[in-house]
Amino acid sequence: MDRSLPLARLFRLASSKAWATFFANPLSVLGLIIVLVILVLSVFAGVLTPYPEHVGPVGDFSAMNAPPDGAYWFGTDTMGRDLLTRIVYGYQLALIMAAVVLSIATPVGVVVGLVAGYKGGWVDYALMRITDIFLAVPPLVLAMAIMGFLQPTLMNGMLAITAMWWPWYARLVYNVTRAETQEGYVLAAETVGASTAHIVFREILPNCMPSIVTKMTLDVGFVILMASSLSFLGLGVQPPTPDLGSMVAEGAKYMPSSWWLTVWPAVAILVVVLGFNLLGDGLREAFEAEG
Amino acid sequence: MIWKTLYSRLKASLIVMIGISILIFAVARVMPGDPARIALGANASAEQVAALRADRHLDDPLPLQYWEFVKALSHGDLGKSLFTNRPVSTDIAQFLPATLELVVVSGLIMALLGLPIGAISAHFRGRAIDQIGRLVALLGVCTPAFVWGVILQLLLGYFWPIFPIQGRLMDATPVPPTVTGFYLLDSLIAGEPGTFLDALHHLILPAVALALGGMGQVARLTRSNMIEVYGKPYVEMAEAYGFRPWRIVSRYAFVPAFIPTLTILGLEFAALLGNAFLVEKVFGWPGLSRYGVDVILRKDLDAIVGTVLIIAAAFLIMNIVVDLLVTLINPRIRLSSRRD
Repeated sequence: MDRSLPLARLFRLASSKAWATFFANPLSVLGLIIVLVILVLSVFAGVLTPYPEHVGPVGDFSAMNAPPDGAYWFGTDTMGRDLLTRIVYGYQLALIMAAVVLSIATPVGVVVGLVAGYKGGWVDYALMRITDIFLAVPPLVLAMAIMGFLQPTLMNGMLAITAMWWPWYARLVYNVTRAETQEGYVLAAETVGASTAHIVFREILPNCMPSIVTKMTLDVGFVILMASSLSFLGLGVQPPTPDLGSMVAEGAKYMPSSWWLTVWPAVAILVVVLGFNLLGDGLREAFEAEG
Repeated sequence: MIWKTLYSRLKASLIVMIGISILIFAVARVMPGDPARIALGANASAEQVAALRADRHLDDPLPLQYWEFVKALSHGDLGKSLFTNRPVSTDIAQFLPATLELVVVSGLIMALLGLPIGAISAHFRGRAIDQIGRLVALLGVCTPAFVWGVILQLLLGYFWPIFPIQGRLMDATPVPPTVTGFYLLDSLIAGEPGTFLDALHHLILPAVALALGGMGQVARLTRSNMIEVYGKPYVEMAEAYGFRPWRIVSRYAFVPAFIPTLTILGLEFAALLGNAFLVEKVFGWPGLSRYGVDVILRKDLDAIVGTVLIIAAAFLIMNIVVDLLVTLINPRIRLSSRRD
């Protein structure tokens, strides 16, 4: 059995055959390009955006509500703020949220799934019933309700989304673990007296990694989708912080004359979710080709 | 057999429902902020706040509060809204039908678009039509319902104004007498085709906006399930016998692929309930969403708990219905029970 850390092993798994499969599909490559461009834009937003000072509450009052032109490629909002700049900063915020949510929700879900799947019995029953309870409410409604009892801030928004995200990982890892527990290598490890922690984390977990990584890639897009839905309803990040969902909600008040206020943030959400989806689908194909 | 499935599903759902009620109840009571103070406003005296807290049992220990809540719930009493000062069940009964009408019509659109798109993609797999079908499905999945809402509104409401953009009826159209709360049905029962057409006209854009996300998922799953079935020997045999393509699609490939798809169709149908909140906001649809967001912003405890419980119950009921349908349709499950 491979003794290296799960992630290192995963990268070794990504052999030339897997990469060849990935790059053979133009849509996967498109997804990778979209994701890379958005990452670079977000990281270097301060340098790459034309008007970084427009992130705050005020912009250029001589150019309020200006349609897209040479100076403002995406136009300006009712405060004279450059829309392109604010969308890039919106991406930055969205990616930070997705990273925080997934880096908490994934380990929690994975541990719950591994333990329930390997231990079985009443542990399995109790953990998976709790998981079912979370899965039995439409995610948006649960996140809304949690937000309702908290102040609408960035921190609380991430908390609410995390609270409804971990059960999906618990389900996924549980199903894989149940199947893997029957495999010979787990029995072999048990026979030589390996500890539960060793079996679960060093033997079973590495075999769950491809599914987990694929799901995490897809989920970056879906967390962004969920966060923008919350802020669209006014239950997310508050102004003047640039947020894609609240930009759409704000812009919708000025339709159809100032169409750019709604259309560009809406398209921006579509593009980022699409990018991560294409990338995730490509990774899945590549892992499957690897076998 | 069907009764056995129903019984076991009802039992599991009851456990989940109790869990949800404890969860949402605990969250509602543990979070910071005094709901009585918020309901009465900053000018209320400390005595008034204390009186309201006592009236609503807010000072009792949590398990006791939960017990009071369950006792009331068994009489169909969801408590009283701190704001409208009406029973929460009355409020919900007023707003729920509009949301359900939207969700049901949207679910039909989702199935009627998603299944054929997936089936056509699978039949022409690898060809140009397949690529277009996959792209349409992917765009559906990747776009939040409210983005579809504003895009449709902008294109078909403003630039090419063939659909109304707000509400359920024109101002001039009288509301049909309430029987079901579904305007489409009520107008037919009242025998007013004009009202029916007006209601339908108002319903199309929001229903399509809501349907597109689920449509994408359904199309993707139908496609992948059917492609799997196309690899099976009995389809090869049907092809070897020279059956017409249509017969192969409709009888041999689609039906087995439909059973796993049906489960997803049910889940997506139930998920429409959540996303309806977004679409209702875009189209000023007078459903549960505005009420839900309002009570959330005002920390109206009983109303939030009631709204979430009703939505969760609707979600669970839809899941049970899907399970029963799968049991009825799938011959393997239907027949295996006879051997028991």
